[in-house]
Amino acid sequence: MNRKLHGVRVPHRKNTAELAAVRLSPPETVTIPMSMHIGAPAKPVVQAGDEVRVGQLIAEAGGFVSSPIYASVSGKVKKLGELLGSNGRSMPTVILESDGLMTPFEGIRPPKLETLQDFLAAVRDSGAVGLGGAGFPTAVKLSVKDLSQIRAVIINGAECEPYITSDTRTMLDRSDDMMEGARLVQKFLQVRRLIFAIENNKPKCIERFRALTAKETGMEVRALASQYPQGAEKVLIYHTTGGVVPEGKLPIDAGAIVLNCTTLALIGQYCRTGMPLVEKCVTVDGSAVKEPKNVIVPIGMRMQDVFDACGGFASEPGKVLYGGPMMGIAVPDLEQPILKSTNAILAFSQKDSVLPEPTACIKCGRCIAHCPLRLMPADVEAAYTLGKVEALEALKVNLCMECGCCSYGCPAHRPLVQTNKLAKAQLAAWQKLRREQAEKEAVQ
Amino acid sequence: MKLAVAASPHIHSGSSTSSIMRDVVIALMPTLAASVWIFGWRSLLVTAVCAGSCVFFEWGYEKLNKIPVTVGDLSAVVTGVLLAFNLPVAIPLWQAVFGCLVAIVAVKMLFGGIGKNFANPAITARIVLLLAFSTSMTHWVFPDALSGATPLAIIKSGDLASLPPLGSMLLGRHAGCIGETCIAALLLGFAYLLIRKVISWHTPVVYIATVFLFTLALGKEPVYQILSGSLVLGAVYMATDYSTTPSTNWGRVIFGFGCGILTVLIRVYGSYSEGVSFAILFMNILTPYISRWTASRPFGGVKA
Repeated sequence: MNRKLHGVRVPHRKNTAELAAVRLSPPETVTIPMSMHIGAPAKPVVQAGDEVRVGQLIAEAGGFVSSPIYASVSGKVKKLGELLGSNGRSMPTVILESDGLMTPFEGIRPPKLETLQDFLAAVRDSGAVGLGGAGFPTAVKLSVKDLSQIRAVIINGAECEPYITSDTRTMLDRSDDMMEGARLVQKFLQVRRLIFAIENNKPKCIERFRALTAKETGMEVRALASQYPQGAEKVLIYHTTGGVVPEGKLPIDAGAIVLNCTTLALIGQYCRTGMPLVEKCVTVDGSAVKEPKNVIVPIGMRMQDVFDACGGFASEPGKVLYGGPMMGIAVPDLEQPILKSTNAILAFSQKDSVLPEPTACIKCGRCIAHCPLRLMPADVEAAYTLGKVEALEALKVNLCMECGCCSYGCPAHRPLVQTNKLAKAQLAAWQKLRREQAEKEAVQ
Repeated sequence: MKLAVAASPHIHSGSSTSSIMRDVVIALMPTLAASVWIFGWRSLLVTAVCAGSCVFFEWGYEKLNKIPVTVGDLSAVVTGVLLAFNLPVAIPLWQAVFGCLVAIVAVKMLFGGIGKNFANPAITARIVLLLAFSTSMTHWVFPDALSGATPLAIIKSGDLASLPPLGSMLLGRHAGCIGETCIAALLLGFAYLLIRKVISWHTPVVYIATVFLFTLALGKEPVYQILSGSLVLGAVYMATDYSTTPSTNWGRVIFGFGCGILTVLIRVYGSYSEGVSFAILFMNILTPYISRWTASRPFGGVKA
């Protein structure tokens, strides 16, 4: 067996794991951004005043690496707007006014599934993107040139971030959709090995899938240590298949495709019913939330409305996140909507929103010991501070997946992963400049 | 409602420099207790004076230079206790205080404070005191009239019959520095540091094993060699100092090996009977190179 990659033991805080998701009644309006995925924004195909129903196309994919978007409530298109997103950029949105009826679109029917092309089209039409948080269009990921490259498909049920239990609920409450999706993936992509990878702090999920896969061929369940970041793509591939994703390459270059379990459930659901991605199971938790729970909400529902449906705040929140506390994105206001890839929204009390002040690096080496990718964050920080870009290149900061283990465990509270992010950007800009200069010289 | 926007992660493990240093101080307590039992109350006095002076010098240096005061991280306390442990119990207090001045101001603060110094402050101060005050630094007073030669000096003299029995070697009832003789207490602290994950096992184990095997090969009383002098104190508490030793596990192995070889060379062929301090200081100087040789290879990284 391979040596395990390193990581950190984070507190689990899976307070909501036992709470089956409650479907919330639709809010008055939903704000649906056109960029809920990596790639080109979707192009709206509706106009203000149009009637829409649940599951009706409101925006088509804006290119190959893109994804269509569907109405998540029934009612009227209020307007095509703009929203300042959590990344600080303005993005186009479609705002729908709900009629409260949630009438499904009459055109919903299961897709024709005969060939691989049919299946990939279905995945694309389902609106599937990486629902674990990455948001990469799933159909693009599955469009593998040579199917024999795929040695294993890994279903990511690690859910290694603290607090989040929405994938747990998917695995327990939508296991039929997941199995349907798994069989389709297996059939059309000719997958010989399909691995359900689940952290061992979810014994019920492991048990469920052991039972469900017992009679299937080519499917297995792998119980993994509860160690953050077990669910990170490169880590998961290595721990389940031993494959190493080379620098600058994709998981498929290590013979693997990783699909989040909720993404798989969506594929199964769409192929069975024809209902695309219109709602998400979201964990609502954090020290400022009165009634932590799992909720099923229409995509585009504002955070404020979701928190209100969970009893509001116990204390005024100091920080609100999309996703978990290790990699989640802090939002500037509660107008931010639930996105396709949102699996949790967390609100922390003022006290829990402040991190300790940094002190001098004591060279303890914990950042090196904790880094799953064996980088040297303290050295990166030193090189970045001194502006030594060549050193950053040698230190391979470009490999950093920003999991945050280094910052989490640093006794000096150095902003290590934060510096890695800046260093990555600086290195990328410098490498681009170098490439351009080389091209210029080649022309002369 | 004002929401804080910051890059992830949004939680922290809760460890801090002061919590680590507190663990080191706790790990040193059994040895301090043992030293009082072996050498009497003066060892507590020397330790307290050293810890207090180190804190004072760090505080004073920072006040004079109008920079943030960092004595709260407890690293100066650790330096003080370790320096005291490397001194004979009869050391004149003013000499001990001078050692603290060297450790904190000359070795640590002038190089930028915690994490920036390349040499171990306590080790360097001990060497300075040894060179400056050789008489009082080698004047072994033992209350039970066992004063006289340390086990290492006995080995060097060749009079093996007068070596203390192994049991008293473990308990430390023989001549030596305040905190170096009681091996049992030092190992108790070592276990605590390992359990608390403050240090890794690599340097101490490799260091002591190297000394054992090398002296075994030379036929120089390997068992007494590893129980004598400041080897265990140095290997566990000084050769694992974060700032001045490599931070990768392979680096720590090389560091421990180098210390072991140098210690034996000095003990067996040098004019001093003990070589731990010199060995560690020498390896401190090599640390940047060891770190470079043993830099971790990124997972999936492709050579440029």
